[in-house]
Amino acid sequence: MALPMESPISFTNVGRSRWWQRGVFASQTAYVTLALAVLLIVMHFASPFFFTEGNMQNVAKNFSFIAIATLGVTFVIITGGIDLSVGSMMCFSAMITSMVMTGLSTPGMPGASLFVHLAADGKTVVANVPGLILVVSVLAGLGVALIVGLVNGFCIAMLGLSPFVTTLGMLSIVRGLGYVVSNGRGSFPGGPDADYFYALTSGDVLGVPMPFIYLVILALLMAVVLHHTTFGRHVFALGGNEKAAELTGISVVRVKIEVYVICALAAGLQGIIICGWLGSAPANMATSYELTVIAAAVIGGANLAGGIGGPLGAIVGCVLLEVIRNGLVLAQVSSYWQQTLVGVIIILAVLVDRIRSRML
Amino acid sequence: MASPHATAQPVLELTGIGKEFGAIRALHDVDMKVYPGEVVGLMGDNGAGKSTLVKIIAGNFPPSHGEMRFDGNAVHFYRPVDARAVGIEVVYQDLALADNLTAAANVFLGRELKRKIGPFAFLDHRAMAARALELFGELRSETRPHDLVKQMSGGQRQAIAIARTRLSNAKLVMMDEPTAAISVRQVEQVLSLIHRLKEQGVAVMLISHRMPDVFAVCDRVVVMRRGEKRADKPIADTSAEEVTALITGAKEAA
Repeated sequence: MALPMESPISFTNVGRSRWWQRGVFASQTAYVTLALAVLLIVMHFASPFFFTEGNMQNVAKNFSFIAIATLGVTFVIITGGIDLSVGSMMCFSAMITSMVMTGLSTPGMPGASLFVHLAADGKTVVANVPGLILVVSVLAGLGVALIVGLVNGFCIAMLGLSPFVTTLGMLSIVRGLGYVVSNGRGSFPGGPDADYFYALTSGDVLGVPMPFIYLVILALLMAVVLHHTTFGRHVFALGGNEKAAELTGISVVRVKIEVYVICALAAGLQGIIICGWLGSAPANMATSYELTVIAAAVIGGANLAGGIGGPLGAIVGCVLLEVIRNGLVLAQVSSYWQQTLVGVIIILAVLVDRIRSRML
Repeated sequence: MASPHATAQPVLELTGIGKEFGAIRALHDVDMKVYPGEVVGLMGDNGAGKSTLVKIIAGNFPPSHGEMRFDGNAVHFYRPVDARAVGIEVVYQDLALADNLTAAANVFLGRELKRKIGPFAFLDHRAMAARALELFGELRSETRPHDLVKQMSGGQRQAIAIARTRLSNAKLVMMDEPTAAISVRQVEQVLSLIHRLKEQGVAVMLISHRMPDVFAVCDRVVVMRRGEKRADKPIADTSAEEVTALITGAKEAA
């Protein structure tokens, strides 16, 4: 019976994994980042135009247009869920924002008198408080995203519906609503605040595109939230073992609703930014973007089974997709090849990760 | 061992506890008392009602009938958190661990230590790792707080699940088959831990199929059969043969 219970604890029995077998280095994200670096070098030699300032700005802007939504969907994927309504959400938020902006800027529309008045010439519309219309319309766009996120979260967490089916339904519902409110025509941001709107969405600061700045801020915020707050810890726990999360007293319902709300808000913000770049919110905007966004997250290392993922992976996935698209254009390859290649990369990325985890 | 607790207040007292799932009567009229510093073995075949009883005490679902008192006060649990709040800790059979998190993260799951920076609360990684290492030391488990649970052995996982119960000053620790999936040496460790809990006045309920474990650590054994309590006697007054007979139904009651 008497085993040497009092002997000092040694870790001789327990192997320690080396630094390159742990943490970020052992993740799919690391491998894909490496692949991206190789690709960048190849591109540099393949095309003299690739590393020019203009092209880099283009790349930075283009991937930022999907990366913010990818950050959002990564939250959902880490909990083991999925959100297919991202693309429709982008469109609907953009549409609501531009419609509210135009509406509030049209004298005669209900409530507009609070925000604008006509100048002395009887034609020019002048804002009562410059920027107020912009704030209200962006909040309206994010507000509808909040509602959609809450409905998604309620159906999934409280009613126990499958995330796939719920958000597939929501994809259709939100897209349909977009056609309904705009009569299928889409909408345009207008009025006295439209210039601010364009400056904040498609402008740049010292040559750095605005969407890229938002992306960096949000990604840093996400990294802190995921790894240094209770909420982030619970998001990972949910993806690792939902039953355990429940038993240890984590409010699973609340965390689930929160991730779907975050995802919808990120998509909404992304839609509003794209709208500023396009100068309009057509009713078919961002169609099937949900697939691009999910593909980017998965390429970057988020695991659809849950429990793994992060902002770095999300961004790397988006950059990789954009560099390939950009590279194919520079190489004058038909852009139809892009989709095929993206599919190959998704499978390759997951395959490499599988082979690596078998070898360790 | 004649009842040394005749005057003491039981930490847990069940009166007439019953549970029905639709037409199925899983538990019928169970009375039971557990005293501080006592180790009670709960035995029975599959479907005897052990798990149902444990889940009621752990707050997974409320009983259909009967009353539960903890520390002399009537209690009603609707969620596991309610049971934990009064001082009941459970080591689940599947251990309830998240594979993708570290050992320390799992120990503190649901009650993370936080550090305030301005209006925001951040995880206190250092404090949690230090406390987890301390607890693993107490359990004499070679487990590093920063290692992922994914890569750990059955014994290490067990140690993490047990370390959780030591975070708060639990008065009753229930262990569901803690020795089912681990090595001989680790069984000794778990049993010695149960002794340690007992020394500190913690009541332990050990749900186990392993007769030697129950006879090694328990003061009292409760046998369930077909949803009813068939026996409740001091370990000194019974034998493995008798308990086996009670479990299988060869002997109706004792």
